[in-house]
Amino acid sequence: MDDLDQPPRRGFPAGLWRTLEEHPPPGLSRIRWRSPLRGPWLTSVFASALLVVLPIVIVTGLLSYIAYGPKFGQAIPGDVGWLKLPSFDWPSNPSWLYRLNQGLHVGLGLIMVPLVLAKLWSVIPRLFAWPPARSLASVLERISLLMIVGGVLFEIVTGVLNIQYDYIFGFSFYTAHYFGAWVFIAGFVSHVAIKLPKMIRSLRSRSFVTELRTSRDDTVPEPLDEDGLVAPDPDPPTLSRRGILAVVGGGALLVAVLTAGQTIGGWTRQFAILLPRGRSYGDGPNDFQVNRTAASARIDPRSTGERWRLQLLGGPRPVVLDRAALAAMPQHTVDLPIACVEGWSTVEAWTGVRLADLAAAAGRPVPGSAVVSSLERFGAFNRARLQRNQVLNPDALLAFRVNGAELSPDHGYPARIIVPALPGVHCTKWVASIEFRES
Amino acid sequence: MSVFRRLYGDHVLHLIVLLAALALGAYTISVLGVDQLFNPRVWWQSIAVWFAVAVIGHDLILFPLYALVERFLPKGRRRAEPVDAARRVPIVNYLRLPTLATALTFAMFLPGIIEQGAFTYAAATGLTQEPYLARWLLLVAGFYLTSAVCYLVRTVMTRTRPALPTTR
Repeated sequence: MDDLDQPPRRGFPAGLWRTLEEHPPPGLSRIRWRSPLRGPWLTSVFASALLVVLPIVIVTGLLSYIAYGPKFGQAIPGDVGWLKLPSFDWPSNPSWLYRLNQGLHVGLGLIMVPLVLAKLWSVIPRLFAWPPARSLASVLERISLLMIVGGVLFEIVTGVLNIQYDYIFGFSFYTAHYFGAWVFIAGFVSHVAIKLPKMIRSLRSRSFVTELRTSRDDTVPEPLDEDGLVAPDPDPPTLSRRGILAVVGGGALLVAVLTAGQTIGGWTRQFAILLPRGRSYGDGPNDFQVNRTAASARIDPRSTGERWRLQLLGGPRPVVLDRAALAAMPQHTVDLPIACVEGWSTVEAWTGVRLADLAAAAGRPVPGSAVVSSLERFGAFNRARLQRNQVLNPDALLAFRVNGAELSPDHGYPARIIVPALPGVHCTKWVASIEFRES
Repeated sequence: MSVFRRLYGDHVLHLIVLLAALALGAYTISVLGVDQLFNPRVWWQSIAVWFAVAVIGHDLILFPLYALVERFLPKGRRRAEPVDAARRVPIVNYLRLPTLATALTFAMFLPGIIEQGAFTYAAATGLTQEPYLARWLLLVAGFYLTSAVCYLVRTVMTRTRPALPTTR
């Protein structure tokens, strides 16, 4: 560690860094950092919490890409080069897998917002430090910090807007959120690699238990540090260190209370008062969250009436089934979640025929995959390809009823797909045909 | 100190890690396509612009703004007599906390509160964003009310507490 009393060393070319140092922008020296709480220990506490949360958010995000089925070309964005986890068939068991994955991704992503803001607050003197660099090493590190700070804020902003259906940013959410994540990952991993020893050292510099017992009046600044996080001339404390930890933790708890209900459901949903998926639709059998209305999908009521037929393709010859023929097949009822990439989910009781029975009826009892097409003519998700394990799962249904009643138009009347652990948007509504493929 | 360290300014592993990160970042942009970073028709609906604005918006707008608001909070400059000071509850955190909660919820749930994205909201949910503003305002009222009650209770408890020879 550098001695604080020694003049800082400059890298090559020293003349450049000296010139930079001697020409600070006007006004910069007049900034006085007032908080007596900033310091390496506090920053490291925030950092260690983020070090637990962020890898979960990152991995669940990358797993969601796999759940969309990149091997069928239906993960978005389509071409990501090497920027993905190795592809595997997304399991269809347990049924809550995607619900958990997205609940963690979106839920923790929201809950960590106060933590991210606190972490940025704790290190912000570094942004205004002069000179910004004394060597090539610090220039490179600053670029990586731009990737991590820009990355995390970009991901939070796009994610938070997306779950509220606000697409003011204009570009594709999936594309931006996915590639933005990789820029962030690059910055994050390098930042952890470089700063981890300092984080551990700083955490050890004070006792956490002692801090929790220290009142505001006994709070003194951390010793001056080489990075300049500790203010040399701070104001008297208005909060203790345990106080600021409680404020940040309380902020995270507040966000948790206001958002977790959209995933957990039941009586907790009513607390998600500011989110689209905290809304109540009533208490009828079809009164649960809608992700695309029949009107916006432009479903013609005439095509879902008596005229509606289900086409089964992929066998020796096409099979066309009307409602009576489908009703004559064995009906099954299962409790399954609809879990959206946006993090919300809801468990309902679905009744219909097994996709495996339909595959047998089509004449291809063990298909490699199945392409489900909707009556919806336009729209990014008017068809979805299901893997073999998803088609053959005994709980995978073409559902006609939910909670004992006929599906409502907004929930996909007359028939929709419901498959365990499948991203909700691939549980195609207003099904018109299913093509069972060999591979 | 090695020659490398003197020239570069840090350990060689530092350089390796950062070069790997920059390469991964550059590869990410190359897969996305540089042209995809910019929207030639509506400049502000560009990925690059939003990325930059995320940083600038936080570091150079949001942070100075909340630092400024913080300066206006009454910090209690110990003008009172020492005995009296021990019996006064500083109001600063009873203003700071509900304000933070208000700002946090406003920033995170802004689209619903100002009814932005109404068309896609309706297409997705079949509902309108009409209730959110009132709900948020009630929440804010709740924040400040809770804070005021806590302050009152604390003040009464402090005033009625027998004076102690030491401050605590």
